[in-house]
Amino acid sequence: MLKINNLHARVEDKEILKGINLTVNAGEVHAIMGPNGSGKSTLAAVIAGKEEFEVTEGEVFLEGENLEDTSPEDRAHKGIFLSFQYPVEIPGVSVTNFMKTAINESRKAKGLEDMPAKDMLKLIREKSEMLEIDRKFLSRSLNEGFSGGEKKRNEIFQMAMLEPKLAILDETDSGLDIDALRIVANGVNKLKSKDNAVIVITHYQRLLEYIVPDFVHVLHNGKIVKSGTKDLALELEEKGYDWLKQETVI
Amino acid sequence: MDLKEKLVSSFLAFENGVDVDHPVHDIRSEAIKNFETKGFPTKKEEAWKYTSLNTLQKIDFSIFPKKESMLEYRDVKKYFLHEIDTFKIVFVDGVYSSFLSETTHDGVDVCLMSSALNKPMYKQIIDVYFNKIASKDDSLTSLNTAFSKEGAYIYIPKNKIPKKPIEIVHFSTGNEAALLLQPRNLIIAEENAEMQIIERHQSLTANEVFTNSVTEIFAAKNSNVDYYKVQNDLTTASLIDNTYIDQKDGSVVNVHTFSFGGKLTRNNLNFYQNGERIDSTMKGVTIIEEKQHVDHHTLVHHIQPNCESHQDYKGIYGENATGVFNGKIIVDKIAQKTNAFQQNNNILVSDKATINTKPQLEIFADDVKCSHGCTIGQLDEEALFYLQSRGIPKKEARALLMYAFANNVLESVRIPELKVRINKLIANKLGVRLGFDL
Repeated sequence: MLKINNLHARVEDKEILKGINLTVNAGEVHAIMGPNGSGKSTLAAVIAGKEEFEVTEGEVFLEGENLEDTSPEDRAHKGIFLSFQYPVEIPGVSVTNFMKTAINESRKAKGLEDMPAKDMLKLIREKSEMLEIDRKFLSRSLNEGFSGGEKKRNEIFQMAMLEPKLAILDETDSGLDIDALRIVANGVNKLKSKDNAVIVITHYQRLLEYIVPDFVHVLHNGKIVKSGTKDLALELEEKGYDWLKQETVI
Repeated sequence: MDLKEKLVSSFLAFENGVDVDHPVHDIRSEAIKNFETKGFPTKKEEAWKYTSLNTLQKIDFSIFPKKESMLEYRDVKKYFLHEIDTFKIVFVDGVYSSFLSETTHDGVDVCLMSSALNKPMYKQIIDVYFNKIASKDDSLTSLNTAFSKEGAYIYIPKNKIPKKPIEIVHFSTGNEAALLLQPRNLIIAEENAEMQIIERHQSLTANEVFTNSVTEIFAAKNSNVDYYKVQNDLTTASLIDNTYIDQKDGSVVNVHTFSFGGKLTRNNLNFYQNGERIDSTMKGVTIIEEKQHVDHHTLVHHIQPNCESHQDYKGIYGENATGVFNGKIIVDKIAQKTNAFQQNNNILVSDKATINTKPQLEIFADDVKCSHGCTIGQLDEEALFYLQSRGIPKKEARALLMYAFANNVLESVRIPELKVRINKLIANKLGVRLGFDL
């Protein structure tokens, strides 16, 4: 599904990713953990194609296709979805209308006609019920005045609507109370299949109790310094990140 | 002969056509004297630093159109808010069109300035209100006053509300190579009265038209006036809109100005708060391109305590377009507990577009809340990336963000059909492919 080779990326003069190697197969859930400033969110943004970051070395492949010079929208059309840590507020455009626009743009890129209004409504109803989203919520301006939990739930709703091959959840657990966390995690688990993959970026082990990873990677100073199974997440929870930092020095 | 000379010498001919013994005669004579002394404003004046009338003055405008024009409703229907029933006061080349209009005297007066000026039954009202809040000092207002003859006259008595919104529409047909229009409107809301007005100036040909309009609005105690100016004209049409608003205790006046097109547009919007607990709201959306120019000059004079004013102007400037926002707020010494807010946000889409924005606060009271903010920026890159990451192409994402930016101002539009119209106009202007109905 996703293959990353020796990926280096920088913003302005600051190198943030310093040689990332990662392979994610269809049907897998990978967790990326690490201390603040280790490059987790940068990795997510680079995979999604954010132009602010310059890839200086290495490649990202999606299903064997090199994504170099591929715009964020084209990556989205190819099946990459990034759930934002800080979703942006768009006043004047309702959640529903935003989703209609996004879905129809994706269809257009694939040479398809707009989705019939009836099908769209059905899809919206189905996915919003899955995430226990109130109808009224869908007619509100996108993210405007949403609580932290509402924003994150809305991100997962968009993911459900767009049905990506690879979903990257960037700190989706931050700002969520335990009930919201459970709803969001249930949503992700329901969307999970043998044909898609999920990368969960998180600071804490908490979310991984609900979305159980096949692999856990620890990112530190722009590199993956340790990989393991879900037990690694527990170990990190117990010991913190400091022991890993020391290990890399040695 | 330059335009000023032509206007001054035309005044005698104009006076011959109207009643010289009329009480307004003296007001007109004083006004032409003021215009003759001052002439057209120049860029040397602070208030006209960024807006030049030089080009306009070189055009040989007709002051009195020679022949009357007829328009068929079906040809101009699209310029009306035809989705709903409205009263209509319509002018074609400055002449009232009874054919296109729908006026009323049923409990309220929605009719013509010429009637109000000439019929004895209106004399008392004209004596009390005409030219009372309009500036006697401003040269362009004086020019309009000197030639004041026709326009809209709206009088809503105490506790009355007209059955439907009122549209004031000015068409120019291009019968003249270049036409100067000077409509004069008088709008009075008595105590507890309410009304909604939509004003539009529309040129129908590529011939030059220059409109110098003056509107006086009197909002008595606890009255409510909603005024919408739709400025979406051709690039051969110029408009100077001088609006003066007198508010009394507890009145609420909202003015929305939608500036989407025209060669040169200057809005002089002046609020005078002559009472307490007054609310004055000014909102504007400006979206222009090519070499178009829009200048918003607002004034709010807080004269009495415990009043509020809210200003929110958004501008999107593309290609070689230029914009001006100058927001003046005066808070008199006795106007304590004033709340005055002003916001002007702009996006420059092209490197060649320009905006000059200036808050101008003169505060003499010490217990007030006044805030102002202006921004000039590009689109938020993070927001752009967010939309792109959902599969919306960059061009469409930019358009959608600009749409969201401008659209925000529309929340306070209280005529739903107008709101939808303006929404669609904004979307069209920005090239947003709305995958949805509004």
